[in-house]
Amino acid sequence: MIRPDWHIVEQWITPRSRVLDLGCGDGSLLSHLIERRQVSAVGLELDDDQVAACIEAGLNVIQEDLDSGISDWFAPMSFDFVIVSQTIQAMRHPERLLADMLSIAREGIVTFPNMGYWRNRVQLGLLGHMPFNRALPNPWYNTPNIHLCTLTDFETLCDELGLEIIDRAVVDSARRESALLRAFPNWFGEHAIYRIKRRV
Amino acid sequence: MSDASHKITATGSNHSVGIVQPQHAAFTEPLALDCGRSLPSYALVYETYGQLNAMGNNAVLICHALSGDHHAAGFHAETERKPGWWDSAIGPGKPIDTNRFFVVCLNNLGGCKGSTGPLSIDPDTGKPYGPDFPIVTVRDWVNAQHHLMQHLGMASWAAVIGGSLGGMQVLQWSISYPEAIAHAIVIAAAPKLSAQNIAFNEVARQAIITDPEFFGGRYAEQGSIPRRGLMLARMLGHITYLSDDAMRAKFGRELRSGQVNYGFDVEFQVESYLRYQGTSFVDRFDANTYLLMTKALDYFDPAHDYGDDLVAALTPAQADFLVVSFTSDWRFAPERSREIVRALLAAGKRVSYAEIESNHGHDAFLMTIPYYHRVLAGYMANIDLTGSNQSGAL
Repeated sequence: MIRPDWHIVEQWITPRSRVLDLGCGDGSLLSHLIERRQVSAVGLELDDDQVAACIEAGLNVIQEDLDSGISDWFAPMSFDFVIVSQTIQAMRHPERLLADMLSIAREGIVTFPNMGYWRNRVQLGLLGHMPFNRALPNPWYNTPNIHLCTLTDFETLCDELGLEIIDRAVVDSARRESALLRAFPNWFGEHAIYRIKRRV
Repeated sequence: MSDASHKITATGSNHSVGIVQPQHAAFTEPLALDCGRSLPSYALVYETYGQLNAMGNNAVLICHALSGDHHAAGFHAETERKPGWWDSAIGPGKPIDTNRFFVVCLNNLGGCKGSTGPLSIDPDTGKPYGPDFPIVTVRDWVNAQHHLMQHLGMASWAAVIGGSLGGMQVLQWSISYPEAIAHAIVIAAAPKLSAQNIAFNEVARQAIITDPEFFGGRYAEQGSIPRRGLMLARMLGHITYLSDDAMRAKFGRELRSGQVNYGFDVEFQVESYLRYQGTSFVDRFDANTYLLMTKALDYFDPAHDYGDDLVAALTPAQADFLVVSFTSDWRFAPERSREIVRALLAAGKRVSYAEIESNHGHDAFLMTIPYYHRVLAGYMANIDLTGSNQSGAL
């Protein structure tokens, strides 16, 4: 099964480029990109089961906690693309990761659940409880997602960090794009996908 | 099903390679050594498990650590109680699957289990080499292993695998013979010893050398054995192979007789354990070999020839790498494995790194830890034996 958001990521990746996936999970996105874009891929992942799954899939994976820093592992500009998929909201220092990732790669691709999605706004603003839904499936007291943000928040941070947004896509829960999403991304986008680089 | 399949033997289960026979290979070409001397001729004792395939591309070399030998898996006799030192990982259906791979393990030069070493007769004098056996390095071992590979009629290894000092041999293989090793599995190793590591080795050596029964290494001629020294060396080694937690879990402060006796006899269980490990080691290991092995460890530093640049040292390597470390290993801590991984990444090599949660210390690399074995098995299963070249190197 190919997720629609992978299709978007895939289109942004140059064939035969060097790709690093931070928080690569079981490596299925990397496998997809190897198959479709013939990239040389490296993943970074902390969870034992996921690391083992990557190795079983024949992928190169480094077992490491993203929060302990990535610039120790990789030389400056050693990748063309670095992907952080559905991970940044779970990090202790997302701003540090964003800066680091664009020191080791030319371009970054970041995907995260949009806190500004209407359902989240209704749950917090009208119903008065923390968002709890398909995109944010954990209760507030037991969630890895400690740094949630909206599209606006993310774009402000990128600006402060001197990062330029090359491209943006928003998708719904089925990870698909639509006209409504394009018109009101911060209201109807359940997940955001950004392509960023350092401002020159 | 035949009756034989139900028979319970010393081999324990159908996951054992069963009864194995050590073999000998004699080499008459002199082997030039790093120390400047050379061995005019030498022999290597080795074991093999599994079958070499028709293409000759499924051979795996296992490199042993400080006190290891060629007997990595299976049993030498039906009556034998303990299998080879890495039986947990080598066998049919095990991570290093002998149904798929032809596994070779040898006793390194300078060893005391059948390969040419201090116990062997020096052809020049007609007496055992003893302390006159030349100092051998990891690179010398790898050169000898390369001769063994050719002796067995193979052009390359599908993988070279080793833990600890064995992992250092794997690194050396990838540098010395880049075209002869497709996959390198480096477990609980380090790119070189730290001052603390060398210090432990030096205490071990001093324990042996200062034993009155050592006789400058010519104890065999005197009909003696430096038992106390070798035992102390082994006891010290064992402390460094275990973690504080592992010792606490295994022994705590448990007393053998249930009460303190205010004396210097064995009282705590940990003392009993160390004494047992020490004394049993004396019966199966040679003191001169122990000295040689610790020196090989101390001298290993492949970056030295490349201006202390490990990245430059590993640049010639063509293998894909799997590096594994264990969280509670303080002898070769995870950080030492990370040094290797960072250098490999910087050199543009394909590498995977797994850090295994374990409280068993350095010894963990010999244990059946589910995640560890899953990683090892997963990596081995992906080794391509079809003969087509892999692509996608960074």
